[in-house]
Amino acid sequence: MFAYVVRRIAAAIPTLAVIVTIAFFMMRVAPGGPFDLDRALTPEIEARIKAAYRLDQPLHRQYLAYVGDVLSGDFGPSFKSRDFTVAELMAAGFPASLRIGAAAIVLAILVGMGLGTLAALRQNTSVDYATMGLAMTGITIPNFVMAPLLTLVFGVYLALLPVAGWNEGAIRNLVLPVIVLALPQIAYIARLTRGSMVEVLGANYIRTARAKGMPERIVVVRHALKAAALPVVSYLGPATAGILTGSVVVETIFDLPGMGRYFVQGALNRDYTLVMATVIVYAALIIVLNLIVDLLYGVLDPKVRHP
Amino acid sequence: MTAPLLSVDKLDVRFALRTRRGLLPTWIDLRAVDSVSFTLGAGETLGIVGESGCGKSTLARAILRLVPAAGGRVLWLGEDLTKLDDDAFRRRRRDFQIVFQDPLAALDPRMTAGTIIAEPLRTFHPELSRAAIQAKVAATMRDVGLAPEHINRYPHEFSGGQCQRIGIARAIVLEPKLLVCDEPVSALDVSIQAQIINLLKRLQRERGMAMIFISHNLAVVRHLCHRVLVLYLGKAVELAPTERLFARALHPYTQALIAAVPVPDPAVERNRSKLVLRGDLPSSLAPPSGCPFRTRCPKADAVCAQSMPALLPVASDHTVACHHAG
Repeated sequence: MFAYVVRRIAAAIPTLAVIVTIAFFMMRVAPGGPFDLDRALTPEIEARIKAAYRLDQPLHRQYLAYVGDVLSGDFGPSFKSRDFTVAELMAAGFPASLRIGAAAIVLAILVGMGLGTLAALRQNTSVDYATMGLAMTGITIPNFVMAPLLTLVFGVYLALLPVAGWNEGAIRNLVLPVIVLALPQIAYIARLTRGSMVEVLGANYIRTARAKGMPERIVVVRHALKAAALPVVSYLGPATAGILTGSVVVETIFDLPGMGRYFVQGALNRDYTLVMATVIVYAALIIVLNLIVDLLYGVLDPKVRHP
Repeated sequence: MTAPLLSVDKLDVRFALRTRRGLLPTWIDLRAVDSVSFTLGAGETLGIVGESGCGKSTLARAILRLVPAAGGRVLWLGEDLTKLDDDAFRRRRRDFQIVFQDPLAALDPRMTAGTIIAEPLRTFHPELSRAAIQAKVAATMRDVGLAPEHINRYPHEFSGGQCQRIGIARAIVLEPKLLVCDEPVSALDVSIQAQIINLLKRLQRERGMAMIFISHNLAVVRHLCHRVLVLYLGKAVELAPTERLFARALHPYTQALIAAVPVPDPAVERNRSKLVLRGDLPSSLAPPSGCPFRTRCPKADAVCAQSMPALLPVASDHTVACHHAG
């Protein structure tokens, strides 16, 4: 088990290296630079700024120097937010992102599995069709449509919730962003759960559990749900990736001080170091979460044992 | 005869099948079990035999309400079980347990052998301590020939025969009064089959359980059962004590089934006259008119096409449904 974890982490290093490389050069291929302003700088000042940020050096030199810095734990200064290092910005943005991201994934699992189970137990009834129809809607409406819609209804017309802002992480301010983030995942998880639940409920060992005289609640929760959770667990990797990319849009729309907003601002401003750091953190998060998912899989399915 | 423990009275099971013959889907009733009646005394073993698809398993499952019955009654010590609601029925399940055909598929792959066997105890005897349950599980495992050391193994780590022993252990751990065995050995190797059959026979004798034993293997039924019920296309065609049935079967179908059992002596086997059935089992969706067996019966005549023969007694303990019986 420990050896397996070490091996998986070792295997993640080349993945990260490739991601860092591609992101680095793609940022540089994008036209414009961090110091292109409407008002032209004098050549001396521009040369001095470029020298300070190593932009005067050949690209491969910049790349090697950046990789060296990152390996020694230095993500560099932000090109745009002067007086801030990228690490400081990340440290400021990460907790906010973590908070809404974690809330969204927990909500997605609870509501998604609940709805999926309900639909499976009421298979081919109006409850089933209604749930699955709603789920399909949830999957097809993109978050940048859903966010303004919900804001309009709950923020403007009903005036129940704030339309945007962080407000020191008050629950009221988090409701809409978390729901918008979670909705597509709820829908997807509900469909996954329903599918696997329908299959599991037809399994012989479920009949055995009923024949043993187990109450229906125990048959569903202890025997069926555990098996039906497997596809959901394997989907958690992609689900976190979906929530991370969703948070980029949602944090921007709801004006939340998270990593996702830094990523968008960084990309628009050509704030090379900030974008690179966000990419590295996102990639590392997805790698670690996928590892956790695989370990969880081993716990849920005795036939999967990590040698 | 002892007072009946279980009395099945004109039990019907129907499945609605959807067909797409016309533009609109229509529903056809498949009569999987058609007005079957029998009684079972405490400690008695009843064999139910018949071809694949004749309704043996469905009948057993309908008695245990694992499939819904369409009509008829199931009396347990005189009380009509079909009138109970689901929860009340569930609480009675401790008295009648079932062993299934596919031993591995019947076990939850995410539970250890110990948890599987302990689960009924924890549900029906919440007052038992952890240690008491543990002891009972170990004793039951030993009783069915499993090593109690394997208590923490998962089903996929056992062989098919061992899985069936787990299935039997979890069925008898509550000390039921009736054990239904739904083709418990047909998925196993022949050598293992004998072990499981003998295990069931010993458990039945030692614990005084009544047993319903479903099989298409007549030799096994003869070895295990006191009485035998023969089903054909969901209908009971003959019911008699085992030795009487093997000696003096009256229904042509039963005679054909018995004739199909090989005799383990080549000389006798070569010279014995065999009644071989022609044709396949008719579809239960469109059963023949009159006697369901007439399409394959050597004795069939005009009467058989007109009316279904009633199940009538030919002796005090022997009933048969045939116009030409005897």
